[in-house]
Amino acid sequence: MSFEQIVFYFFAAVLILAAGAVITVRSAVHAALFLVLAFFTTAALWLLLEAEFLAITLVLVYVGAVMVLFLFVVMMLDINAAPMREGFARYLPVAALVAVLTVVVMVMAVGREHFGLDQFAAPERMSADVSNTRMLGEQLYTVYLYPFEIAAVILLVAIVAAIALTLRRRPGTRYQSVEKQVRVRSEDRLKVIKMNAEERK
Amino acid sequence: MNAMVAFFKSLSLKELRAGMAVTGRYFFGKKFTVQYPEERAPQSPRFRGLHAQRRYPNGEERCIACKLCEVVCPALAITIESEQRADGTRRTTRYDIDLTKCIFCGFCEEACPVDAIVETRIYEYHGEQRGDLLMTKEKLLAVGDKHEAQIAADRAADAKYR
Amino acid sequence: MFDAIENWMQAFGWLPDGLITLLIILLKIVLLIAPLMGAVAYLTYFERKVIGYMQVRIGPNRVGVFGFRVWGLGQPLADAVKLMFKEVIIPSGANKGLFLMAPVLAMAPALAVWAVIPFGSEMVIADINASLLYVLALTSVGVYGIILAGWASNSKYPFISAMRSAAQIVSYEIAMGFALVGVILAAGSLNLGQIVAGQQGGIWQWYWLPLLPLFVIYFISGVAETNRAPFDVAEGESEIVAGFHVEYSGMPFAVFFLAEYANMILIAVLAALMFMGGWLSPFEGVPVLGDTFLAESSIVWLLAKTSMFLFLYLWFRATFPRYRYDQIMRLGWKVFIPITIVWLLVVGVLVITGTPPWFDVA
Repeated sequence: MSFEQIVFYFFAAVLILAAGAVITVRSAVHAALFLVLAFFTTAALWLLLEAEFLAITLVLVYVGAVMVLFLFVVMMLDINAAPMREGFARYLPVAALVAVLTVVVMVMAVGREHFGLDQFAAPERMSADVSNTRMLGEQLYTVYLYPFEIAAVILLVAIVAAIALTLRRRPGTRYQSVEKQVRVRSEDRLKVIKMNAEERK
Repeated sequence: MNAMVAFFKSLSLKELRAGMAVTGRYFFGKKFTVQYPEERAPQSPRFRGLHAQRRYPNGEERCIACKLCEVVCPALAITIESEQRADGTRRTTRYDIDLTKCIFCGFCEEACPVDAIVETRIYEYHGEQRGDLLMTKEKLLAVGDKHEAQIAADRAADAKYR
Repeated sequence: MFDAIENWMQAFGWLPDGLITLLIILLKIVLLIAPLMGAVAYLTYFERKVIGYMQVRIGPNRVGVFGFRVWGLGQPLADAVKLMFKEVIIPSGANKGLFLMAPVLAMAPALAVWAVIPFGSEMVIADINASLLYVLALTSVGVYGIILAGWASNSKYPFISAMRSAAQIVSYEIAMGFALVGVILAAGSLNLGQIVAGQQGGIWQWYWLPLLPLFVIYFISGVAETNRAPFDVAEGESEIVAGFHVEYSGMPFAVFFLAEYANMILIAVLAALMFMGGWLSPFEGVPVLGDTFLAESSIVWLLAKTSMFLFLYLWFRATFPRYRYDQIMRLGWKVFIPITIVWLLVVGVLVITGTPPWFDVA
């Protein structure tokens, strides 16, 4: 086994364990943290594939932003796990059937005969100065320009929609308008008056 | 128009820079730190430090066990017991000040009709056990005996304001 | 230098090549981390001194070295020893594992980032293509330490602090990211070494001038990212005692402290590298000085620039009162992000038109 394989199997094992833990641990915060670990190990595996841009972006976007907000929410929840476990035995046969079917389909779809090494040989090693980022950018802004732009517009619509859906005017609430506070100048509020000193009687 | 001017003025961070100029100036200014063990800040004759019991020049203790200090003490730090002596005078048998309770307000000193209990300028003392900070009559008298000159001078300096 | 060590190790004959590589890498890491930790320790001293001076005090001046009282230079050592020997108290209601893991999660990214920071044209541990992206990714991971500390403490003030800090750091990361995009646009590279190389030619060639708004926003966001005054609502002594590290004592507390200061130094180094020409001399190309040693680029320049930014950090802390939380959010979302986006357009135009003196070379 080469060094690279050791690294691969190590991270793969950690990834599978972490992914399994996400759905088995009881605490929601722990589950979120295992998801973070899963993202990290995935990033490490992508690094082995020389996809450093994607790997770093995965950490930046998912670990650095999405999961932080996720934790933000999960930490404030007080989930009682017991009602969620009700009916576990009753639904087990159906769930097991679905799980087995999914696994079978997955193996058939992405198995060796379709994605094996004989179908897709391992790509040539790039030299160290080839910039993965530059190649990705060139592809995105030439060949895939339209899909890229459409995806961007859809994301923009999603952002606007998210704001529009959550923005509700609540007439009863009081809040400070920072803009107004910032605009205040001392001349508006403070008047310095010159007065002659009065004689003491 | 004014709003536009204010907007661009705020982008120039003028006020922030003005604030930093102030701290920047003080950075080079003269420092006021008193290097404590070597240098000391001046003390007033009214300084309220460690307590002391005084004596008359003939060696008789001043305290007549009137218990005014015990009554006035807001922290209930003073405990007094008294008895009559053979010559008919009333004196304390016990005069304790619990320094862990004392708030150094100086009321005992003001209440005292005979200037027996006073607060001195001493502020550097410590106790290694709890009992060390319970000033008994003997300890108070010892402090008074040791610093009588200073105590008397301070009372004299402050007398015309009383 | 490392080649010489490698040759010397190979001369033994019995060391496998892989081990030699590993040892060399370890040596490099130690050579980076040891001075960094020293810098962190003395930054705390420097901070107390500078803030003291601005408050017309003189700061720590008692703890000497070997009996000599040299302006209190022994203070960081005394602090370190004290913290090491203090008891680690774990609150009974805390989640023990996460409670102890939180400082590590704060510290690890703060140190790992330094792998890609160049100190000279050849002085870098890992010269990767996307080093700026790597920096951004790892600094964004640092917030986990704070969030977990707040949650695992099972205490109210730390939890409030964790919430504040999570929202604040995610918000300012966006402004910071946009400011960095400006630098990437200007330099045409994600590699920190090449970003510095793009600024060759004296103080007017550095990016601080064409990217001035981005520069200012980057540094202010950096202050916010590191939870330093005036953006220290996560710590907020006057409101929530000490925020996320209320329940921490001894070494775990010290690790949080180290991580915070390592991050401060990191932001300062990055500002120096991306906007102030890194290790390049400001006198490059100046007629009289151009031939003297002053015009040579060296690590001394980088350290000088970094110190300047660190001083600014302390100056801010001594000057500004703490922002209110809603003001922080407004500043990040409604002021910084729009300005960065507008200035990105300006930078794009400057780059495309090849405006001299910064972008005239293709």
